[in-house]
Amino acid sequence: MSPELSYAYYPGCSGLSTSKDYEISTRAVCRALGIKLQEIPDWSCCGSTPAHTVDHVFSAALSARNLSLAEQMGSDTVITPCPSCLTNLKVAAHRMEQEPAFQQEVNRHLQEPCVNTVQVKSVLQALIQDLGPEAIAKQVEKPLSGLKIAPYYGCIMNRPPEVMDFDDPENPVAMDEILRGLGAEVLPYPLKVECCGASYGVARKDVVMQLSGKLLDLADSLGADAIATACPLCQMNLDLRQDQINAALKRSFRLPVFYYTQLMGLAFGLEEKDLLLNKLNVPAGPALAKMQQAAEAAAEQDAQTKEQ
Amino acid sequence: MSAGNGRELRIVGFLCNWCSYGGADTAGVSRLGQPTDLRIIRLPCTGRMDPLFMFKALLSGADGVLVSGCHPRDCHYSEGNFYARRRLELAKRLLPTLGFDSGRFEYTWVSASEGKRWQQVVTAFTEQIHTLGPGPKFSH
Amino acid sequence: MKIGVFVCHCGSNIAGTVDVAGVAQAAKNFPEVAFATDLLYSCSEPGQEAIVQAVQEHDLDGVVVAACTPRMHEPTFRRAVERAGLNRYMFEMANIREHCSWVGKDKDANTRKASDLVLQAVEKLRFDRPLQAKSFDINKRVLVVGGGVAGIQAALDCADGGLEVVLLEKTSTIGGKMAKLDKTFPTVDCSSCILGPKMVDVSMHPNITLYAYAELESVEGYVGNFEVSVKKKATYVDWDKCTGCGLCMEKCPSKKAYDAFNEGIAPTRAINIPFPQAIPKRAVIDPTYCRQFIKGKCGVCAKVCPTEAIDYEMQDSFVQEKVGAVITATGYDLFDYRKYGEYGGGRYPDVITSMQYERLLNASGPTGGHIQRPSDGREPKKVVFIQCVGSRDKSVDRPYCSGFCCMYTAKQTILTKDHIPDSQSYVFYMDIRAPGKMYDEFTRRAMEEYGAQYIRGRVSQVYPYKDSLIVRGVDTLLGSQVEIEADLVVLAVGAEASRGASELAEKLRISYDAYGFYMESHPKLRPVETNTAGVYLAGACQGSKDIPASVGQGSAAAAKVLALFSKDQLESDPQVALVSQARCVGCGKCVQTCPFGAIQLAEDRAGNPKAEVIETVCQGCGLCTVTCPQSAIQLQHFTDNQILAEVNALCQQAMEESFES
Repeated sequence: MSPELSYAYYPGCSGLSTSKDYEISTRAVCRALGIKLQEIPDWSCCGSTPAHTVDHVFSAALSARNLSLAEQMGSDTVITPCPSCLTNLKVAAHRMEQEPAFQQEVNRHLQEPCVNTVQVKSVLQALIQDLGPEAIAKQVEKPLSGLKIAPYYGCIMNRPPEVMDFDDPENPVAMDEILRGLGAEVLPYPLKVECCGASYGVARKDVVMQLSGKLLDLADSLGADAIATACPLCQMNLDLRQDQINAALKRSFRLPVFYYTQLMGLAFGLEEKDLLLNKLNVPAGPALAKMQQAAEAAAEQDAQTKEQ
Repeated sequence: MSAGNGRELRIVGFLCNWCSYGGADTAGVSRLGQPTDLRIIRLPCTGRMDPLFMFKALLSGADGVLVSGCHPRDCHYSEGNFYARRRLELAKRLLPTLGFDSGRFEYTWVSASEGKRWQQVVTAFTEQIHTLGPGPKFSH
Repeated sequence: MKIGVFVCHCGSNIAGTVDVAGVAQAAKNFPEVAFATDLLYSCSEPGQEAIVQAVQEHDLDGVVVAACTPRMHEPTFRRAVERAGLNRYMFEMANIREHCSWVGKDKDANTRKASDLVLQAVEKLRFDRPLQAKSFDINKRVLVVGGGVAGIQAALDCADGGLEVVLLEKTSTIGGKMAKLDKTFPTVDCSSCILGPKMVDVSMHPNITLYAYAELESVEGYVGNFEVSVKKKATYVDWDKCTGCGLCMEKCPSKKAYDAFNEGIAPTRAINIPFPQAIPKRAVIDPTYCRQFIKGKCGVCAKVCPTEAIDYEMQDSFVQEKVGAVITATGYDLFDYRKYGEYGGGRYPDVITSMQYERLLNASGPTGGHIQRPSDGREPKKVVFIQCVGSRDKSVDRPYCSGFCCMYTAKQTILTKDHIPDSQSYVFYMDIRAPGKMYDEFTRRAMEEYGAQYIRGRVSQVYPYKDSLIVRGVDTLLGSQVEIEADLVVLAVGAEASRGASELAEKLRISYDAYGFYMESHPKLRPVETNTAGVYLAGACQGSKDIPASVGQGSAAAAKVLALFSKDQLESDPQVALVSQARCVGCGKCVQTCPFGAIQLAEDRAGNPKAEVIETVCQGCGLCTVTCPQSAIQLQHFTDNQILAEVNALCQQAMEESFES
């Protein structure tokens, strides 16, 4: 096992509700890899999209509070699975660093001022940069051989590049590398960073039908068995609304949409209680069965060649 | 556009003709506003910059001295600025011995096309000198 | 000494933010100032006359003009002072425009500053001495660096004017970018048909020595007398024996070599001649692909060569040339299209650059002029052109307009229609920049006669979908999103400074801008000169240019060289170092320091060693003056006393000691 990695951990609100499967599997995978997650005590919501549409100082203060709490823990890095939380934390830290006056204003709202010394990363970034793909691949017990996956990062994980400062903003590859290490076949999916429609699912469902529909269509046309994602909102639009999209576009997609951490857990041989695959709307069963068949066929072929 | 509280300090600049003097011209042509404290002396090359000029200026009442030439390797005379760099780095270290804050003297490289950079250099150096305040005055 | 001070209004350029009359009034009280006045435009004819008159009326010994930068008008005023009967070095300028009125907003502060700068100039002038120029012989040969169309034109014009020309080209053939083009705008005439004869002229001209596959190694000397070292890179083929028959290329078994001439769209052989009209038409081995070099055995070319020209042992060699002037015509390179990840260049084979498309269109290109998709060879029906790829975009550090992409894109849409009549071209553009003779008409023709669809907006993404490429963008005129299913996407890549431009600039001691383009001496009035005497610019090395402008500048640079060489001797700048024999102790430190070898040790009559300056070699940098432990060697016009006088003027204290005697 690699040297002990330890982080302050920010689960985010959706991790306790809509994306519980993401949160649980993230913790399970980190545990399996020996990464220590210390949940920030008494953390609060990052404000998500609504906060910064109303008031930038308020929005930054919400994130600065969490950063300040992480500082008090004595941690130098905070990681979060959710790209939306990540964006808020990073934007707040970035702007406070650029504008000392802004930092002062933000700190007026806080009991304990934020010194802004903590680094913010996504769990994905920590996995690929601090741990490395080789260490992850080593942990694999049941390779995902034969599973064709379209990797989908969502639009905010890497953008804007000057704030997020991770991977190629137009063609990120971090998740590709991890999935490849799990033994899966990673498809060249060109719409990796396209918008899924995000929270328009509430106000303008038609927009999500079009945008997410396009993502599903491309994955389908490439022959994908499944989509892997790193964002709770993307996962919800693609998975939970897949039936709505089918109805709206007169299509019949049946593509399971996994969190990449669920796929890691699968390959690591973790149990259902750590993966919560049953929470997926489009069942994972057929894709996994196909993978199983492929694996068995390969094994049979292997055995035959050996006999000969 | 004066840095500080409106009171000017005396800053003497020594600029090489080929790069930095041209860079200051470029800043002017582009109307890039600067503090008014600086007065520029034109030299053919920073290689002509005798460190004594800097000491003399500070001892005569200048509050700051700025030298600027071509970027290393870009010298119009091939190697003049390499000599300048060695001489001036040494001279800067001598300043505290004479009772001057070494922040009163800086040397930098600005090319003839870098008007924007010249504006930044002048503004930053003027602010630096205003932070240090008026230099020590010696009676003769 | 009687000094006259003239303070220029420069219209409102100076007078707008400086109390010009007040400065002139203050100057009357400066030491030895006998006359001071303000002038509306001192550089104008009446302005200069006023200076000449004042010198004569008031019997002045020296003149200070407070106006613009001396880098602009110092020569103008020196001539005026000379007309008035003074030595031209009894003159100083105070820069109260670029360094004062244009950069300060506060009129009072500016006026004080201007007044200080005038005092500084007066104090320096008090130590000015008349200086006389010396004449020296010049070498009337010219070096042209770069064999593209600008360099070709410059070389031919110089050679026709009777000068001996040394032409340097880093690839194995001259012709540059223009040789790769299929047709040229706005006439749609064949590029190689108009360039080819000029290339042949170069090879036939008795006055031109061509070094192809060669680079400039080093430059010594100064205007009139440069000594350059040329590196002839190893070609592994003896060009004296090679006849350009091409048999080696036919038989070479290494067929996967990168073809730079064809922009990599098709491979070439490890030994090759770039194209049939190459000048010189000689073969070169690319050792990164040649089996003889990689595996140590093959030797096919050596076996088949009828003249036994192959030489695997060849090394780089060096040639020394003496010239009096240098014209740089090193051209440009294309923006790296992979920098825009969203366009997928480099990832998707059917996203190509405009220059690659040019090679597909070209009848002598790898597809014989048939437009074929690199992925499957299919003829595209829908072609999307994306403009400004690496132009006008701060995010990739290319904020400038490359200037010719709008035009060549229009040309390529016309050629597309000519090649494939049932095709449709789409052009995503920001603005159409077509200022030039018949240029705008040409882009209109592309739209109106050839039916190219112009869409004003940027492309956000290109991605493959089934058998084609989806191009997603915005139509800002309609205010709507656009999606086009394209067969081929052509990126109109912009121009950037040619790789290695800055290294060459350092060798030639010329300046370049933030993007690596060479700086002209003055953006309007001296567009082909550099600040280094005897070095001139032609073509896109100075900034992106199309063919007519490059050719024009090639001729302009040639005209400058011909004018320079119209005299047998040049006058040296007398602002050189001067040794005080009395103070020199003959230590020789100045001799070691001088970058130009302009100082030597000689003996005086008593046999003591003394430094001696060769005035026509000294370039006036002043390194020696600072080095001399005795202050015995002084750069004239920039002596220690003069600079200290300026320091003292600015520090408002009397100079109490002198470093000179």
